[in-house]
Amino acid sequence: MNKKIISFTLAGAYVVFIAISFAAGFTPGKEIGINFFDFSWAMLKILPCAFILIGLFEVWVKKETIEKHMGENSGFVAYIWAILFAGTTVGGLYVAFPVAYTLHGKGARLSIIFTYIAASAICRVPMTIFEASFMGIKFSIIRLCVSIPLVIISSMILGAWLEKKGYKMSKGR
Amino acid sequence: MYILYIATGLALLISLIADREKTHRAVKISVKKLLNILPAFITMLVLVSIVLYLVPDSMITALLSGRNIFSGTIIASIAGSITLMPGFIAYPLCGILLKKGVTYMVLSAFSTTLMMVGVLTFPIEKAYFGTWVTILRNLVSFGIAIAVAVATGIVFGEISL
Repeated sequence: MNKKIISFTLAGAYVVFIAISFAAGFTPGKEIGINFFDFSWAMLKILPCAFILIGLFEVWVKKETIEKHMGENSGFVAYIWAILFAGTTVGGLYVAFPVAYTLHGKGARLSIIFTYIAASAICRVPMTIFEASFMGIKFSIIRLCVSIPLVIISSMILGAWLEKKGYKMSKGR
Repeated sequence: MYILYIATGLALLISLIADREKTHRAVKISVKKLLNILPAFITMLVLVSIVLYLVPDSMITALLSGRNIFSGTIIASIAGSITLMPGFIAYPLCGILLKKGVTYMVLSAFSTTLMMVGVLTFPIEKAYFGTWVTILRNLVSFGIAIAVAVATGIVFGEISL
């Protein structure tokens, strides 16, 4: 309860600060406010669609399907699925987290989830093409060749270790 | 971006034709999930708005230009970790820095940490994974980004073993 009061107070203080900045012409406050709206707008363009797709995924995809391909008994191919799936993710980490959470709820194991999150940060197809056009294809290829094996290995270790410790993702999201 | 709208629209339409009841449930789940995580998103947006004011693009340019490759890589990886930038801003910026003579290794450290390490997305990640796993995942990602940067430096001949 206390935590809630603190967050509401902070949020209120932020809103008041931005409002006063605009009213009084205080440039730093105005710039912070503009940043807030810019980023909110960029997310508003993505989040509703992402969550609709998550909802559809939730009702249409059977738990057994995900369990079979990405669950406890899935083989190495599961990592490839996770990376390919990540390649189509839009936005960035902030979209990957809710998707990963949903996948885990459907039975995907932790190491696959971590691979998916990392891959959605570094293997998104449109972004990689964009990157290559500015930095050269060699740059992108080095990045993919070095990061993907490391991502898979580290996810395996992290996933196995957390599962051994009995780690559970938070409920009710 | 349009592909996302078309795909979502089509998926929704097909689902609606196949089963009204299920589609209704799906939308309900979507709204509930979005509302549950919304406070964390707003927290992130507040942090982003402040950090981007404190660390603007011009500052990143100044931080990364004209430096020794190793201190440059370290500063770039820290800058990449604490800021948040969409790819369509980050890569053109990297392209400009490259023309200014910043090394591939430094830019690799910056762009890879930018994508993989999320200090500003901490409120969202924490809501799903908890504090410790969030910290652990980000540390691992930071390590991977450094490895990528070093490999980039080696392949481009900017550093030698």
